[in-house]
Amino acid sequence: MADFLNHLLFGIYPYIALSVLAIGSIIRFDREPYGWRSGSSQLLRRKQLMVGSVLFHLGVIVIFFGHLGGLLTPIFLFDALGIPHSAKQILAIVVGGVAGTLAFAGATLLLHRRLFDARIRATSSFSDIMILALLWIQLVLGMSTIPLSMGHLDGGEMVKFMTWAQGIFTFQSGASSYVADAHIVFKLHLVLGLTILLLFPFTRLVHMLSAPVRYLWRSGYQIVRSRKMAMRNG
Amino acid sequence: MKVRAQIGKVLNLDKCIGCHTCSVTCKNVWTSREGMEYAWFNNVETKPGIGYPKDWENQKRWNGGWTKKGGRLQPRMGGKWRLLAKIFANPDLPEIDDYYEPFTFDYAHLQTAKESKAQPVARPRSAITGKRMEKINWGPNWEEILGGEFAKRSEDYNFDGIQKEMYGQFENTFMMYLPRLCEHCLNPTCVAACPSGSIYKREEDGIVLIDQEKCRGWRMCVSGCPYKKIYYNWKSGKSEKCTFCYPRIEAGQPTVCSETCVGRIRYLGVMLYDADRIEEAASAENVEDLYQAQLDIFLDPNDPEVIAQARKDGVPEAWLESARRSPVWKMAMEWKVAFPLHPEYRTLPMVWYVPPLSPISAAAGAGKIEMVDDMPDIRSLRIPLKYLANLLTAGDEEPIAACLERMLAMRSYMRGKTVDGVIREDVAERVGLAPAQIEEMYQIMAIANYEDRFVIPSGHREDTEDMFEERGSCGFSFGNGCSSGSSETNLFGAPARKKLQTPTEVIS
Repeated sequence: MADFLNHLLFGIYPYIALSVLAIGSIIRFDREPYGWRSGSSQLLRRKQLMVGSVLFHLGVIVIFFGHLGGLLTPIFLFDALGIPHSAKQILAIVVGGVAGTLAFAGATLLLHRRLFDARIRATSSFSDIMILALLWIQLVLGMSTIPLSMGHLDGGEMVKFMTWAQGIFTFQSGASSYVADAHIVFKLHLVLGLTILLLFPFTRLVHMLSAPVRYLWRSGYQIVRSRKMAMRNG
Repeated sequence: MKVRAQIGKVLNLDKCIGCHTCSVTCKNVWTSREGMEYAWFNNVETKPGIGYPKDWENQKRWNGGWTKKGGRLQPRMGGKWRLLAKIFANPDLPEIDDYYEPFTFDYAHLQTAKESKAQPVARPRSAITGKRMEKINWGPNWEEILGGEFAKRSEDYNFDGIQKEMYGQFENTFMMYLPRLCEHCLNPTCVAACPSGSIYKREEDGIVLIDQEKCRGWRMCVSGCPYKKIYYNWKSGKSEKCTFCYPRIEAGQPTVCSETCVGRIRYLGVMLYDADRIEEAASAENVEDLYQAQLDIFLDPNDPEVIAQARKDGVPEAWLESARRSPVWKMAMEWKVAFPLHPEYRTLPMVWYVPPLSPISAAAGAGKIEMVDDMPDIRSLRIPLKYLANLLTAGDEEPIAACLERMLAMRSYMRGKTVDGVIREDVAERVGLAPAQIEEMYQIMAIANYEDRFVIPSGHREDTEDMFEERGSCGFSFGNGCSSGSSETNLFGAPARKKLQTPTEVIS
């Protein structure tokens, strides 16, 4: 039973979550472009957002790319570069710890504001509150893995998660077995993480797919649209 | 030279009576929706005053418009990196209280209140939280007819360089109305500041619009616009702005605010301009030069060279014809009586204003100031020249003085003609106009017939749309408004649409 549950959560659930993430986002982008936005509430209340939002976003961006690079970079690349697993783990703990602290402080401010500011509470949807609460719990779980990781600094445990994640992305059938004996906190963190991916297309989180980096190399400042041109090309 | 056409607008403040009909009709058509209650695409402010949102003209505070850095134009908010750095929390964004917290009243209480000694009162309730509001603090016309104390109103940015204390005294006080809407600028900062690239200027008629499907709600446009005429819809999470009633303009009809203006102060007409010289004009060295710089890029619709180039650039013939009859061209270029609002923001605005004449000041009335041709000296009018100049020409008083003199001359000339039966050519000459020009000015500015005020060529939809494809399609709507889906819930959190109810359903 434990084996089955493990396989269900870490062998099958990731594929469900990732599929919904991809297909859901595409459908939403195509069918509901009007609802695709960041959902900023700064106009209604500046207080707590100015600090909270900056801390939260900076922290979360570092954590996001840290997880992406840390989990999905092939292990042989680190070996080829001569970076020992223990060193990578310490780097992960330090960077993750700092970014996690920033994000946690920000998320706490934002969650408090969302729940207890009358204006923000009244204009929040169920999904707004839920996703922020889930992110807050996920940050707590993520931060509570740090003391556990400090117990085994050889990087072995971390390599297991890397092998699992890369196994999932390379469609290896036995990938879930790599995390079978991980500590419960890690497992909760993984399951909640996958759940956040699953919920992603149905929440305001989609705005991260529209991060306006292209603005930086958009030529000039002005934009003119010609319906004539659109029709000729169209 | 690249010729582009735009529907420009002039508001004759000399005739504005501050009735707010423009604001109300606009609101009923465009912003009477949840999330936009606080937004007025058109509002009428009483000047002097700090306006709506509070202190909007003070760009030291809001960082709207453009500035020159190292000889190059860049948004005052900062270059692209600086601007993106503000995306998580934008320090230049007004809070809704700077506009006002939208409210409604407990009207039902008037009907349901029990018998009591005092008359029941409908008290205000917030339209955001639904909670009781004890006091309403601000609104789109809060300083109506000099409401509030002078100390606060005199924070008005246009008092820059004026000894303003004396205008707080009852004998010297002055006021004017300023109806405000999106300026549909030639060099809009909102477009430049939009990280998603969702705001654009239409090549055909110059109208600046926000693509609601592309807007992601990064809210930089709200800060970028120095006129604070872009509003963040807190319900939809997207920015919205004055559309210049483009569906009406395309059909050759005036905007709703212009159509319903009871004072007949609004004019719409085609202006041709050289699109290649926009940046050059907006980059003028001194702010006082910006008014002239903008005049310089307008193109004469009677110049054969301009006409030839315009045809080459695809401006339709009807638009060229309208440009020749344009009341905006006449007031801005021929008679020089209309001016851009705050040219110093370097946005090259396209909604222009005729400054108001005002009663002669107490001192002049007491006979201390000489009259020439029955006309008082411009500087003896109640509204200080410098104040109007700060509003319309970045502080340069000369063009404003010349304009006011022409308007006084028009009155003097026409009084002579209709009352005394004499043609006062000397009056016309003194302000550099021919009698025929004065008569035309009178026809357009004083009589202001509908067809003289609105010279709007219809859009050429055959050029821009395949009408055959449009048959049987739905009209204007938000998002998937035309989708035939009928489920109540929306997976992606889009607000539920109101269903059309038949009268029978409403009653039963």
